[in-house]
Amino acid sequence: MKYGVVVFPGSTCDVDAYSLVKDVLKQSVEYIWHQEEKVTGFDCLILPAGASFGDYLRCGALARFSPVMKAVADFARQGGLVLGLGNGFQILTEAGLLPGALYRNTSLQFRCQDSYLKVENCDTPFTREIPPEQVLKIPIAHGQGNYYADPETLRQLKANGQIIFRYATAEGEVTPAANPNGSVDNIAGVCNESKNVLGMMPLPERASEALLGSADGKLIFTSILKYWEECRL
Amino acid sequence: MKEQDWRSLGLTDEEYQMITKSLGREPNQVELGMFAVMWSEHCSYKHSKAVLRTFPTEGERVLQGPGENAGIVDIGDGLAVCFKIESHNHPSAVEPYQGAATGLGGIIRDIFTMGARPIAALNSLRFGPLEDARVRHLCREVVAGIAGYGNTIGIPTVGGEIYFDPSYRGNPLVNAFCIGLLEKDKIKLGKASGVGNPVLLVGARTGRDGIHGAAFASEELGDDAEQKVPTIQVGDPFMEKLLLEACLELINNHEILGIQDLGAAGLTCALSEMASRGGTGLEIDLDKVPCREEGMTAYEILLAESQERMLMVVAPEQEAAVHEIFARWGLNSATIGRVAADCILRIWKNGAVVAEVPADSLTEEAPVYHPASVKPAYLETTSVLDLEQIPDVTDANQALLKLLAVPSISSKEWVWQQYDYLARTCTVVRPGSDAAVLRIRGTKKGLALTTDCNSRYVYLDPYTGAQIAVAEAARNLVCSGAEPLAITDCLNFGSPEKPEIFWQFRQAVEGMSAACRALKTPVTGGNVSFYNESGEEAIYPTPTVGMVGLLEDVEQHCTQSFKAPGDYVVLLGETFNELGGSEYLATCHQLVKGLPPRLDLAKECAVQKTVLTAIRQGLLHSAHDLSEGGLAVALAECCFEHEIGAKVELATHGLRLDSLLFGESQSRILVSVPAEKLQALLQLAADNQVPAFTLGKTGGERLQIQVDGQMQIALPLAEAKATWREAIPCLLK
Repeated sequence: MKYGVVVFPGSTCDVDAYSLVKDVLKQSVEYIWHQEEKVTGFDCLILPAGASFGDYLRCGALARFSPVMKAVADFARQGGLVLGLGNGFQILTEAGLLPGALYRNTSLQFRCQDSYLKVENCDTPFTREIPPEQVLKIPIAHGQGNYYADPETLRQLKANGQIIFRYATAEGEVTPAANPNGSVDNIAGVCNESKNVLGMMPLPERASEALLGSADGKLIFTSILKYWEECRL
Repeated sequence: MKEQDWRSLGLTDEEYQMITKSLGREPNQVELGMFAVMWSEHCSYKHSKAVLRTFPTEGERVLQGPGENAGIVDIGDGLAVCFKIESHNHPSAVEPYQGAATGLGGIIRDIFTMGARPIAALNSLRFGPLEDARVRHLCREVVAGIAGYGNTIGIPTVGGEIYFDPSYRGNPLVNAFCIGLLEKDKIKLGKASGVGNPVLLVGARTGRDGIHGAAFASEELGDDAEQKVPTIQVGDPFMEKLLLEACLELINNHEILGIQDLGAAGLTCALSEMASRGGTGLEIDLDKVPCREEGMTAYEILLAESQERMLMVVAPEQEAAVHEIFARWGLNSATIGRVAADCILRIWKNGAVVAEVPADSLTEEAPVYHPASVKPAYLETTSVLDLEQIPDVTDANQALLKLLAVPSISSKEWVWQQYDYLARTCTVVRPGSDAAVLRIRGTKKGLALTTDCNSRYVYLDPYTGAQIAVAEAARNLVCSGAEPLAITDCLNFGSPEKPEIFWQFRQAVEGMSAACRALKTPVTGGNVSFYNESGEEAIYPTPTVGMVGLLEDVEQHCTQSFKAPGDYVVLLGETFNELGGSEYLATCHQLVKGLPPRLDLAKECAVQKTVLTAIRQGLLHSAHDLSEGGLAVALAECCFEHEIGAKVELATHGLRLDSLLFGESQSRILVSVPAEKLQALLQLAADNQVPAFTLGKTGGERLQIQVDGQMQIALPLAEAKATWREAIPCLLK
């Protein structure tokens, strides 16, 4: 399958996503410059982690105006898989492709650390290969990862199974102490109503090889691959 | 010109005479400003140059030694690493966020200037005691500045060190280290060559910021330090990220003849160094320089230290490509002049020559001083330590807890969790172990990185202290499974014009040189930062060592933490009755006295060889260098990460109990080894004539240390870990 990694001016972790697809998943991958107005021939688009445009304003607030974002929206509307990682998640909420918003961490500081994720919905293209009850060890690295959605949106997210990951303890218990940034209901990742657009603050591309401390994140990418293979049949 | 004109710029009367002699006339105001910054200590190294020449700088792997923007070392497979450490102490003392941020920005530029892709950063920080409100502010803001710049540009800060000591109260140290990776046939140098070739200034516009920053760095911090805020630059990591990508795209696809970043002394420094290295002249038209403000004078344009700018020389046929690439990245690029044959920097503005100076007169011909050097009187007092007068430890549990809560020893998690140390997905060993380990993509190899200096040792004996800084850095790399390759150094001292300070400096350089020779780690470059004084007090002499090591197989890396219960705990190396300069003496007896521990370089090499071989043979589960707090603190540190305790038995053999538990004898490494490999390890140690002591076993939820059959330390790990982990966050609340 073919991935596209969107590059905005000042994108920093585009290389992380690119290398993951090429070296670990062994799939084909291309960078997509933010001024592209069309994206064709891709099976999954990744909006990478790190920063974009320096993020001097709200994270992702400038990137969402790049020409490529209209093409990303079209791609998503047609059912294409879109994965927003960290900054990519922030851009997707800014662009209205995912509900809610990401505020500054309650600590008011950047946090880079391991997090443990409880998977709330294993019936999506991004999570279908994750064994139920498995807790994923995946690091976070952000200053604005405090997820917020108003009560009505939150109710809809729950009703539709759009809450995908929640911060938990290593044993899988969702507790206030396991919440690294103040996110409402410990939410770490959400998807859109049709489940083809996922945004998450934890960074699975940093946890897909044992050498780096965890390979749990790779389950998300193998899920994507399985989904794509089945769709193709 | 009046005396006041040059003296106010920091030039002496003799130096002014040298300038008139070199020019054959009096300089004009612009020229005087150029000489003042280029002959400042920060740019000219006029007090340190003669001593620095004594460093060992050659080795099989060294591709580029001192004198360029950064050093380069061969790591095989056609690859090389480029690295350097640099200070940004004075700006950080006055405006800590921007000072620290631009320190990191500057060192990153030094790396990609050489054609290397920056892959990681470290920082070595020193502050006064955290009980002081001003110090807390400096500490928070410096860390935030490093995080803000590093996280935004996407270069992971993977390690470093932080110490807290009263000697840094008024003058903190902020030393930034960066390392990059490049193909060894693509090294770029800062030379202007080819008469008639265009000279381009790219990146940010030039503003009125940072004028006289280099001069500010070349004097003591006075009461008027706050007024120096306008000399401090402001960082823009987004701009630098664009500049980095544009420069590397250009370097990898086009022929660049010379490239140099703009840092201290701005355009003046870059122009004169490029011309001087190339043996050429430059004709520069300041009207072509993209400026941020209208009406900037020649003086301001030449001296501004606006960040995120680069100067380059290309062949005429490449000029269009440069403009095209920079335009695509949304950056300025301007052709501001040409390379000339006559070795003169000729600067034009509004159609007239405003400065005309031989390039070498600003660089090569800067004064070289051989300052007086006198052994400081304080050493008479500090060197005397009568252990008979100091009662031995009675409550070792309390002493250990006290040491674990000392900010210099306690967990630095509060600091590094603010850095994105995982960006670029190459971080194999994260901050908190003896050294950081990175994988090198596309190869099996890995790099280990560390910075080290125990400045209390250097204060008490500059020669031995500096030797120990090198030895400890190498030991940290070896404990991570790497072979030490080379060092870069950041020599932070007081005023070289004081004979006692200069004596410290000379002794330290001699000590470092001796250790570098013995450990086969040549010096590839670095930076000298003098005038680190506020009020009457100079900082402890602090020659920070940044060292790089290579792992042929990154899978063979090792960390300090115990991995499994039931492993044997073995101490390699000997323990002596050495408490001089120890953290124990400072914390439990409020004494900064004695001589630092002895260092026998032959023994150091033997213990390092043993541990590196053992790691490569897969014998060890962990390896940890013994440093501040000695054996007891090292044992506790090994227990914390995986919460695996240990029970060990020691024998005094005539040593004091406090020396045995908390002394800081050198060349010691604590390892854990699975039972079936114990004999092989002991044999290996014996083969290398390294004393090895099997102390006990890992396991349980407590740290227990028996001495001569008596339980001296018995602590629940949870309690010890909480003490160690909470110390810095508590002080910063």
